[in-house]
Amino acid sequence: MATEFHNLQELRHSASLANKVFIQRDYTDGTVCKFQTKFPSELDSRIERTLFEDTVKTLNNYYAEAEKIGGQSYLEGCLACLTVYLIFLCIETRYEKVLKKISRYIQEQNEKVYAPRGLLITDPIERGMRVIEISVYEDRGSSASSSGSSTTSSSGR
Amino acid sequence: MTGNMHLGVEEPIRECQYNQICTHNSSTMDTPHTKKKKIKRKWQVFPGRNKFYCNGRIMMAKQTGVFYLTVVLILVTSGLFFAFDCPFLASNLTPAIPAIGGVLFIFVMGMLLRASFSDPGVLPRATPEEAADIERQIDTANGPSGPGYRPPPRTREVLINGQTVKLKYCFTCKIFRPPRASHCSLCDNCVERFDHHCPWVGNCVGRRNYRFFYLFILSLSLLTIFIFAFVITHVILRSNRTGFLSALKDSPASVLEVVVCFFSIWSIVGLSGFHTYLISSNQTTNEDIKGSWSSKRGKGNYNPYSYGNLITNCCAALCGPLPPSLIDRRGFVQPDTPQPVAQTNGTGACPSNQVQSHMTYIDDEDCVNPSALMSLDSVSSAKAKHISR
Repeated sequence: MATEFHNLQELRHSASLANKVFIQRDYTDGTVCKFQTKFPSELDSRIERTLFEDTVKTLNNYYAEAEKIGGQSYLEGCLACLTVYLIFLCIETRYEKVLKKISRYIQEQNEKVYAPRGLLITDPIERGMRVIEISVYEDRGSSASSSGSSTTSSSGR
Repeated sequence: MTGNMHLGVEEPIRECQYNQICTHNSSTMDTPHTKKKKIKRKWQVFPGRNKFYCNGRIMMAKQTGVFYLTVVLILVTSGLFFAFDCPFLASNLTPAIPAIGGVLFIFVMGMLLRASFSDPGVLPRATPEEAADIERQIDTANGPSGPGYRPPPRTREVLINGQTVKLKYCFTCKIFRPPRASHCSLCDNCVERFDHHCPWVGNCVGRRNYRFFYLFILSLSLLTIFIFAFVITHVILRSNRTGFLSALKDSPASVLEVVVCFFSIWSIVGLSGFHTYLISSNQTTNEDIKGSWSSKRGKGNYNPYSYGNLITNCCAALCGPLPPSLIDRRGFVQPDTPQPVAQTNGTGACPSNQVQSHMTYIDDEDCVNPSALMSLDSVSSAKAKHISR
């Protein structure tokens, strides 16, 4: 795990950031958290459509699970109300548990699918659940002058 | 090191580059320990007009005077009740009365503090790249504008459960507001499922703290009715023994409590009833005031967010999952991350100016004048509140 994280850090700093693609929210089902599965044209040459759609659909399913209104959420709500919401000092809400699952999933997807293709997904929670930010990296190793690219690395991210 | 192999850069040059990056990287990683630059927490650089306490754990609006008034009124009235009326009632009727009163009081204070101190559902402002991306999309959609041509309003239409809903662009936060979100001019934030800005609670009421606000006013209604009823009982029982006037002389605090409760009941119970109606129809105060889903607007106009069922609407509002805060108040600011646009229409401007400048966005129909909402709140609670609570 440490070496894989090391790889991602190196991806961030050894390649230069070319572009950021933003996947917007899909509000057709109301205010539930759901992202558009439309494949952005900027990623056309970088990743297969099916892989991208799978990632977004899985994320949408996770968010739907977090926001599901059913037996478990009622139980949690009633229990919390009875304890004047002090119970959340001790236990995590279901939403927080699912968010942790989501960030593990995104980390895993980045390592296995996106980083090898020079892409990096940012967890939507870091962008206020508004967008899925996909950073597109250009391989700096192919550029001729190393000193030139090192200056871009310090200015880029 | 081994990860760099696939990039195919020559070893010695890569070493220099890697070391160069490494030092930048390690300085940002080690800064909390080396303290070269003082690392700030995100609440310290928060662009909105909020006040933070306890190192970012508590978040409130800028004007909190009325909130302290609310707390003082509740504490004083309840305190007088427990001190002067409860001993008599406990000994002459049942000790369950102060017990139930105590539970209600704790619940009221708990819900009030929870509603006041938590993040109402503030949407963080767009990062510069996001803002640029949205601008690009808007320009592509609208086409090039010639000189002297006022660009069309920035709106997006979306179909939600058969109803067309317009998403407005927020010029301050540089985002397209999600449905039901609104920008609070007092706090200078976009808030999800914005209900209203409550001065009594000292915070906005939005998605994350609406249930606390509702439970607060509901339990406060019960507490007020409870105190009113038992203070009257106390005075009546005393009058039976010693006569009315001497009963009042023996417990003067009861008079004050009765006056306070009498005027409070009308406003608070009324407000609870109003919010019960809102919850059962799954509307926000904002939407109700504007009549967004009223049938008067058109035959096919209905609320797309309602579950259709009264019980489901109530359960969803009160027992639904509690979303986490999106603004990460206590996180550390990464030094290499550019901060989101901190543009406000005049920092330090008084709220009335802010309201006016915000209202000049002609296409921002969704932004209801918060003073209208405040006046609704204050009208419904004015009689009692400003006298008593």
